[in-house]
Amino acid sequence: MNTLTRLRQDWLGNIRGDVLAGLVVALALIPEAIAFSIIAGVDPKVGLYASFCIAVVIAFAGGRPGMISAATGAMALVMVTLVRDHGLQYLLAATLLTGVLQIAAGFFRLAQLMRFVSRSVITGFVNALAILIFMAQLPELIDVPWMVYAMTAAGLAIIYLLPRITRAVPSPLVAIVVLTLVAIALKLDIRTVGDMGDLPDSLPVFLLPQVPLNLETLQIILPVSITLAVVGLLESLLTAQIVDDLTDTPSDKNRESTGQGVANIASGLLGGMAGCAMIGQSVINVKSGGRGRLSTLVAGVVLLLLVVFAGPWVKQIPMAALVAVMIMVSIGTFSWASVRDLKTHPKSSSVVMIATVIVTVLTHDLAKGVLTGVLLSALFFARKVGRVLHVGSVAAEDGAARHYTVTGQVFFASAETFIAGFDFKEVLQRVRIDVSRAHFWDLSAVGALDKVVLKFRREGTQVELIGMNEASATLVDRLGVHDKPDVVERLSGH
Amino acid sequence: MTTPLIHTEGRVLAAIDRSTYTESVARHAGWAAARLGAPLELLHVLDRHPEVAPAADYSGNLELGEQERLLSELAQLDERRSALAQEQGRLLMQEAKGFAADMGVTDTDTRQRHGGLVDTLTEQEPGVRLFVLGKRGGHADFAKGHLGGNLERVVRAVHRPLLVASRAFRPIGRVLVAFDGSATTRKGIEMIAASPLFRGLEIRVLMAGKDGETPRAQLHWARDVLAVAGFEVTASLRDGQPDIAIADAVREEGIDLLVMGAYGHSRIRQLIVGSTTTTMLRTCPIPVLLLR
Repeated sequence: MNTLTRLRQDWLGNIRGDVLAGLVVALALIPEAIAFSIIAGVDPKVGLYASFCIAVVIAFAGGRPGMISAATGAMALVMVTLVRDHGLQYLLAATLLTGVLQIAAGFFRLAQLMRFVSRSVITGFVNALAILIFMAQLPELIDVPWMVYAMTAAGLAIIYLLPRITRAVPSPLVAIVVLTLVAIALKLDIRTVGDMGDLPDSLPVFLLPQVPLNLETLQIILPVSITLAVVGLLESLLTAQIVDDLTDTPSDKNRESTGQGVANIASGLLGGMAGCAMIGQSVINVKSGGRGRLSTLVAGVVLLLLVVFAGPWVKQIPMAALVAVMIMVSIGTFSWASVRDLKTHPKSSSVVMIATVIVTVLTHDLAKGVLTGVLLSALFFARKVGRVLHVGSVAAEDGAARHYTVTGQVFFASAETFIAGFDFKEVLQRVRIDVSRAHFWDLSAVGALDKVVLKFRREGTQVELIGMNEASATLVDRLGVHDKPDVVERLSGH
Repeated sequence: MTTPLIHTEGRVLAAIDRSTYTESVARHAGWAAARLGAPLELLHVLDRHPEVAPAADYSGNLELGEQERLLSELAQLDERRSALAQEQGRLLMQEAKGFAADMGVTDTDTRQRHGGLVDTLTEQEPGVRLFVLGKRGGHADFAKGHLGGNLERVVRAVHRPLLVASRAFRPIGRVLVAFDGSATTRKGIEMIAASPLFRGLEIRVLMAGKDGETPRAQLHWARDVLAVAGFEVTASLRDGQPDIAIADAVREEGIDLLVMGAYGHSRIRQLIVGSTTTTMLRTCPIPVLLLR
């Protein structure tokens, strides 16, 4: 398919659906952008400008049409300490650096590393994210007047019950409007969005972060930027996969990585915080009929127009309404199926998922959680494959010789099992070890074989090795063995 | 310019879809396959459009397990649609096979494939000696004089001869060959002379433009080649723009099939002024065989 056709399909393939879905998403983005600004500890306008910039830029630069990117909870959680200790300007600088790192990741095609992130880790990531978003709402629910509880409960009731009556209007929007009107009418003395900081009063303006350009600044922002870049790419690529599955269409993951970087640089230069793709909003977009790039663009532009021109009303939104929406987001993001599946899934998978969740929730850092999950998955995998090893033997008729046959995978995790498969106590004149149906993956495997041979010799046994060439073919760090036509024979035991 | 190759091997591939052209495409394909003694393949392309949302729900909220629910809902919608399209395609192909059989083809294969029409035809190209397509697809019938959006792209994409069926099949007796003396059309003449497709048909070679020594010599060459091959052939020169001259000849001389080279001009020129090929495809009420 040529570029022009693809471009037309991405932008104009679904105009009506994209515009309407973009509107629904824009309305849903406002409370989220405000809530995530509050999590990060910055004025709501920082998150709102970020959401506008990121959505608009990613509409053009992204690799996954129909995915929604904006200010997100995952990113906000990472920047809390930086904002608290050093202030907004350092956050903006870190946002720019994040963008640069993500562009580099796209350039070096790091998106393919995502294949090392197993499904259990992804589930853990999603669940941890949901838990963190929920926990971030707790300060608004602790030590507050009873009206706040009533308002939050009413908000949740509207959000979940209204769709049973009509699906023509977004229920979170109705909840926000109704609660705001009630708060104004009853002159309730509860916290509103206006109390949380400045809202945008104009279009965003271009500005460079006011930070000294020196090594010290770099030392402050680099660790945060690396984490932001990793978390942003993880959530973006994971969301891209979800949208791929939902719409049954492919996406360009490397272009998405670069696009996220470009979007973050734009956001940093216009006074916005770093962001990434949003799972919940992207699902809402697809559900509302959004498929093309136009939906993301509409979402961003409408968001800005709404906020700039409806600012005075947005200020009046009670925090309770926002909390209700965010509870919905966290419930919708959490994978409830994964809790149900704990019983049926393999234990190692469940351990990986739960470890990812626990580490993330404790450190408030999704990158650490994912790293833990990936390491654990690798360990469990090595252990499982290590069991794919069998050492069998047949004695010769005269009892003076024995023929061992090794089948399976020999590597660091199975070297001990391999050695234990031989009986050195048996008095033999000759031993023949056939390894042509085994694979020696690393030096541990070769070391184990040497040890076996040496031990037999010391007992006075002659050792004959068969098929060593085939067995050690895998030793060479040669990737891409799948290119060779005879790969099936080679890997399935010569 | 691509060198036109004379393919004597391979099958005739007809792209069938649900349109008023279905019967005509099947009959034209049957006619060609029977004459060529080639196997016929009827292809129905199921082109799903995942870029268009099948349903929309503006409730804007995320319920418990929303993602799983949405995935199964969308998958079910697609499943139902695809199953229906498949079944319709199957019936369509049966019908088309009947029409082809009427034309005397026995060796007919029917196939359905997922994907876009242009991509699918390009994939199939290696084993094909002749493509047969309708002038318009199922979705473009409302706008008269408008080419099926797919046809023009197919014409550009494939490198084998392409027979573009008109709305209804009419027995073919008299063939007009648009000739301009270029290497492409000279090869075309040689191909016609050699191909069993034209055996026994009356051939008229037409050249458009100013009279002169060179065009006359070229026209003579064409006539001789065809006459030697045993065709009943006449050659004539008409003054005027190629598209108008060809259209006039088609109308006045009772032509049943037009043979011409595809897209002789550069792409830039086509973008601005269009091309003789496009104009002929659009305005001619008879089938057109495009040679590459």
